[in-house]
Amino acid sequence: MSGKPTVVLDARSMARTLRRMADEVVELFGGPEHLVLVGIQRRGVQLADRIAEFIEEREGTAVPRGALDITLYRDDLQTIGPRPVVGKTDLPWQLDGMKVVIVDDVLYTGRTIRAAMDELADFGRPARIALAVLVDRGGRELPIHADIVGKTVQAAPHLRVDVGVVELDGEDAVTIVPRESQG
Amino acid sequence: MTSDPSPASPDLRRPLGKDLLGLEELSPEQITLILDTAGPLKEISERTIKKVPALRGMTIVNLFFEPSTRTRISFEFAEKRLSADTVNVATAGSSVSKGETLVDTARNLEAMRIDMVVIRHDASGAARFLADRIESNVVNAGDGMHEHPTQGLLDLLTLRDRFGDLTGRRVCIVGDVLHSRVARSNLWGLRKLGAEVGICGPRSLLPNAIDSLGVQVFDRIEAAIEWAEALNILRLQLERMQAGYIPSLREYNRVFGVTRERLERAPRDLLIMHPGPMNRGVEIDSDVADGPHSVILDQVTNGVAVRMAVLYLLAGGRTAV
Repeated sequence: MSGKPTVVLDARSMARTLRRMADEVVELFGGPEHLVLVGIQRRGVQLADRIAEFIEEREGTAVPRGALDITLYRDDLQTIGPRPVVGKTDLPWQLDGMKVVIVDDVLYTGRTIRAAMDELADFGRPARIALAVLVDRGGRELPIHADIVGKTVQAAPHLRVDVGVVELDGEDAVTIVPRESQG
Repeated sequence: MTSDPSPASPDLRRPLGKDLLGLEELSPEQITLILDTAGPLKEISERTIKKVPALRGMTIVNLFFEPSTRTRISFEFAEKRLSADTVNVATAGSSVSKGETLVDTARNLEAMRIDMVVIRHDASGAARFLADRIESNVVNAGDGMHEHPTQGLLDLLTLRDRFGDLTGRRVCIVGDVLHSRVARSNLWGLRKLGAEVGICGPRSLLPNAIDSLGVQVFDRIEAAIEWAEALNILRLQLERMQAGYIPSLREYNRVFGVTRERLERAPRDLLIMHPGPMNRGVEIDSDVADGPHSVILDQVTNGVAVRMAVLYLLAGGRTAV
């Protein structure tokens, strides 16, 4: 794969995939009760919103959602340095006893999810935490698995998997592009 | 967020450099980065568990050669909410009072493997002096009449919370500008973010070279109130009266005190700030300090967030990749 971005999902197939993921979330927990969808900043937040809307449409019940910024829970401050901008964590309700679904765009090393679970634990004790990702690209460095996967791709380390959402990027799409520089 | 295993450039790993010594040395972009980082950090102090693991395993020494309650407590909260381990060293009862020099004290602490020093000292330039001689990050918590950068930053954050962009906003610093490190840090910070700065106080308490500072100078508080959108009212150190800079506290209050009557004559509502501790009835009246436009307690809240941001941004990039 050289230079050109490869489109993995376009806007229509991404919508279809998210709709299926929404059904799988409800199926996994046997219903939409006590469900909370938590998106990881940044693009996980929009994806969690979409999935929640699909569930609400289908089940006719409101699904609470939140945003999690894991910057301050990362394990690479001493090596990579501080992240340019710390995002907002917004979890206004009680998490104790809830069924929490962490939603992220791309699952890669698993370190982000490790950090997200640490952060969730500081907010309460959910009955269960599940993980839903739009793309699983392999390359795990921790024993972490997604419960619900939109699309599995095998992407070598020199490639980057980009998820675009209409709210931030102008269009919904998943593409694979070469990293601009090997640093 | 996709994990990116490639190391960032040294610049990105240390966006503020090794130390925070003053706002004079910072670029507008660096100041904005600190304020942007502080915003979301405020939320941590609202959680049930007011703690994130960002600085886990780091040791920070608060080295205070001058008495301070609120600044030290604010730093300590900031450190603890980022999970750093902290040690407080105050002059009384430490080897500092036995004549040990600043550098000896710091080197001894470094030999115990610390990562950062927060220093308050009565000599201008003490923080720089220390920073040049030790490996640890140094944060200036006030050095003599030089700077008090985290106070300047929390004032900027408080103003930004109310005004958004500070470009063209008119902020007047009232009181003993001559001896005030808070005023100096505010001057640098406000100018770098594009605000218009005024100063108001008795001529004996304004710097000599005021004309070269590029600020508006007001001899009368009424004129300052008419001009400004926000007042940052400095504490009048009571020693100034003994040293003959002002005739009496009553006289100071009569001429420069910020009172409700004076504010009621202003063409607009003014934001009221004070770095504390206040002399109620001297530089500020109680009904102004506790009034609807006072953001004095917001300043205190913002102080913890801004200090968390500074510590976080200084802490990175310690390990070679």
